Amino acid sequence: MASLLKVAQAGTLESSDIMVTVAPGVEGSGTVIELESIVMAQYGDDIRLTLETTLAEQGYTDIYIKATDRGALDCTIRARLLTALGRAGAMLKGEML
Amino acid sequence: MDAKLRRSMLFIPGNNPGMLQNGGVFGADSVILDLEDAVAPTEKDAARFLIAHALKTVDYGSSEKVIRINPLDTFAAEDIKAVVPYGPDAILVPKVESAGDIHTAVSMIAAAELPGQVPVKIIALLETPRGILEAYHIAMADPRVVALALGAEDYTAGLGAMRTKTGTEIFTARTTLVNAAAAADVQSIDTPYTDANDEEGLLADTELAKQLGFKGKLSINPRQIDTIHAVFNPSISDIDWAEQVIAAMSKAAAEGSGVASLNGKMVDLPIVNRAERILRLARLLGLIEGAE
Repeated sequence: MASLLKVAQAGTLESSDIMVTVAPGVEGSGTVIELESIVMAQYGDDIRLTLETTLAEQGYTDIYIKATDRGALDCTIRARLLTALGRAGAMLKGEML
Repeated sequence: MDAKLRRSMLFIPGNNPGMLQNGGVFGADSVILDLEDAVAPTEKDAARFLIAHALKTVDYGSSEKVIRINPLDTFAAEDIKAVVPYGPDAILVPKVESAGDIHTAVSMIAAAELPGQVPVKIIALLETPRGILEAYHIAMADPRVVALALGAEDYTAGLGAMRTKTGTEIFTARTTLVNAAAAADVQSIDTPYTDANDEEGLLADTELAKQLGFKGKLSINPRQIDTIHAVFNPSISDIDWAEQVIAAMSKAAAEGSGVASLNGKMVDLPIVNRAERILRLARLLGLIEGAE
C-alpha cells in the first residue's frame, strides 16, 4: 500500500464545507478517522463511509484523518480529502489529475 | 451563431462549496465556476477538485456550465486537464490577446477531452487593449469560439484610465468587441457591473450594453440576474411591433412586393431580420407560442 509523506490539510470551517487533515499512520495501523460534524447523528456514518471509500479508491489505508464537517455534500467531502492527500504527497489516481 | 441564450453569465467562486452547490438556483443562463480571480494561488488545487466534483454531481438545471480557467501563461494547463473530462459546456479563457492564444487553448482542451465527449466550447475574455484590437481574429480563430466577453477592469488598467460608472473609458472597447463579434457571427457579452448594491446603475449600464448590440452581460452577484434579464428580454411592445412587421411583410409578399409599409414607415429586409430575431428570442423564452 502507498504511504503519505507529510501532514496536510484542505477545506475550511465555513458552512457546507469540511476541513480535512491527513497524516501518515504507522504501517499496519489501518485508517483512523476522527470525525466531528454538525450532522453527526444523521450523516456521521455516511461521511465516514465516503472518506473510507475515497481512500480505498486511491489505495491508501494506513492513514490518520481528522475531519471537521460543516454540512458538506458528498462531492465536497471527496474533493477536500483528495486535495489533502495531494498536498500530503499522495500519488493520486483518476481523470482529474 | 450559437443558439444558446447567454443574457446573464454568473460568476461563482470555485473554492466555495456552498455557492458551487447552489449555483443552479438563481436562473442565470450560464454559471461561470471560477478558478481565476476568485481563488487564491494556494487554493487552485482545492478549487480544481471541487469544480470537477461539482460538474459531476451538482444539478445546474438549464444553466450552461462554464469554467473560467487561469491565464494561458499561468495555471491553464492544469485547470483544463482537471475539469474538461467532467464535461463543462464551455471554457472561459481569460486575457486572450491573439488567435494564437485560442489555438493554444483548443489544443489543450482537445487533448483533455474524453473519447466521444461533446466538444467543449470557448468563450474568449478580452481584457487588454491588444485583445480588443485582435477581437475579430480571436473570434474567427476556431469554430469552438462561440462568444467574446469584455473584462473592463483589467482593460482600463491597461489603458491607464480611471474606471468610472458611466463607462466612457470603455466605449471604444465595447463597440469594437460588439462589431468584431457580429462580423464573426459569435455572441458578445458585456463586462460585469461591479457595484452589486447599485441597481439603478446596473439597469443603466445593461441598457447601454443592449443598445450597443451586446447579447448578454457578465454578473458578479445573483441579485443582478433579474435586472439583466429584464433588459435583454424583448418587451411586449417589441414583440407586438415584430409581429406587425412580419404580418405586413407577409401581406406585401402575397401582393408580389418585397417592401411593405407599417405605420407610415418602410419595412424591408433588415427590419424583417430584426423582427425575426425578437420573435425567436421571445419563443425561446416562452413569451409567445411556437416551436424554436
